[in-house]
Amino acid sequence: MLQPYIPFLILLAFVILNAVGMLVLSHLFSPRRPTPVKLAPYESGMPPLGSAHERFSVKFYLVAMLFIVFDIETVFLIPWATIFFGSGSAGGPGMGFLLIEMLVFLVILAVGYVYVWKRGGFQWE
Amino acid sequence: MKHLQTIDGSDSWLTTKVQSLFEWAAKTARIDGVVNKAVNLSRANSLWPMPFGTACCAIEFMATAASRFDLARFGMERQAFSPRQSDVLICAGRLPFKLAPVIRRIYDQMPQPKWVISMGACASTGGIFDNYAMVQGIDTVVPVDVYVPGCPPRPEGLLYGILMLHKKIKGEDLFDSSLRDEQLLNDKGLRLPPEQIDEVSEPFGNSVHQFRSA
Repeated sequence: MLQPYIPFLILLAFVILNAVGMLVLSHLFSPRRPTPVKLAPYESGMPPLGSAHERFSVKFYLVAMLFIVFDIETVFLIPWATIFFGSGSAGGPGMGFLLIEMLVFLVILAVGYVYVWKRGGFQWE
Repeated sequence: MKHLQTIDGSDSWLTTKVQSLFEWAAKTARIDGVVNKAVNLSRANSLWPMPFGTACCAIEFMATAASRFDLARFGMERQAFSPRQSDVLICAGRLPFKLAPVIRRIYDQMPQPKWVISMGACASTGGIFDNYAMVQGIDTVVPVDVYVPGCPPRPEGLLYGILMLHKKIKGEDLFDSSLRDEQLLNDKGLRLPPEQIDEVSEPFGNSVHQFRSA
């Protein structure tokens, strides 16, 4: 029953062994010549300033979330736009239907947009 | 000079044992020539460049890396943009004193074995920038293996330089560990120690001594 999966399992085992083996062997056998300057973080040739684990404002989280909303919108809009003018010819839904569909989607997003605007989500302070 | 000294005891006992055993085995079996050749061949054909582009030569370097001339044919598949996983530092363009400590630091952060290509007239000799603000040849700051002339050199010129570097690498001795020294010596080469470079670049607004505003 599981016969056809045996090559896959062999491949999986080989890949894991190969990856782990390369890491372990190079860790064991590679020559290391660390100097203090090599161990320092790379900041384009400048001496590092401060810690890499720096805190930044939680407001960026909001920006990221809003970005995702409008990013998804674009991701849906582009394939929609490519099929829009060719629609209806191959027996698919017609242009009018597609337009209404997309408008519904855009209105739903616009409601979110207005909501965020009213709640002051675009204000930095 | 202190920050160029190797931290001792970083190689594990096994590593040093295996390395000396490998060298001994290769030499007693009289295959060290073959091993040398194989290792050098793979080294030469898998160089990863660390581009240090400061001027118009960098445009030619980009053209070399792009599809028409295609650096990837020579194993330079990946531009490193970080000294961590790179083999050859390509200084493309003039080097002002202001950037001298920067290139030296990048060179020092690259792991051994490493090589340097000085691309173009300005990097090699100062070129038309025969003035107080430019380093007259980057070989005062980092040791250079191949100089590529031209203002700027055509991509073919850079490729020729890279092939010359291949030739040089293929002639190196794998078991000669002195080739892999961090070159602490200032009596041999033209290179200045990092502190001195820092000092020299001070009047030009040493960009290394920046500070972050609160």
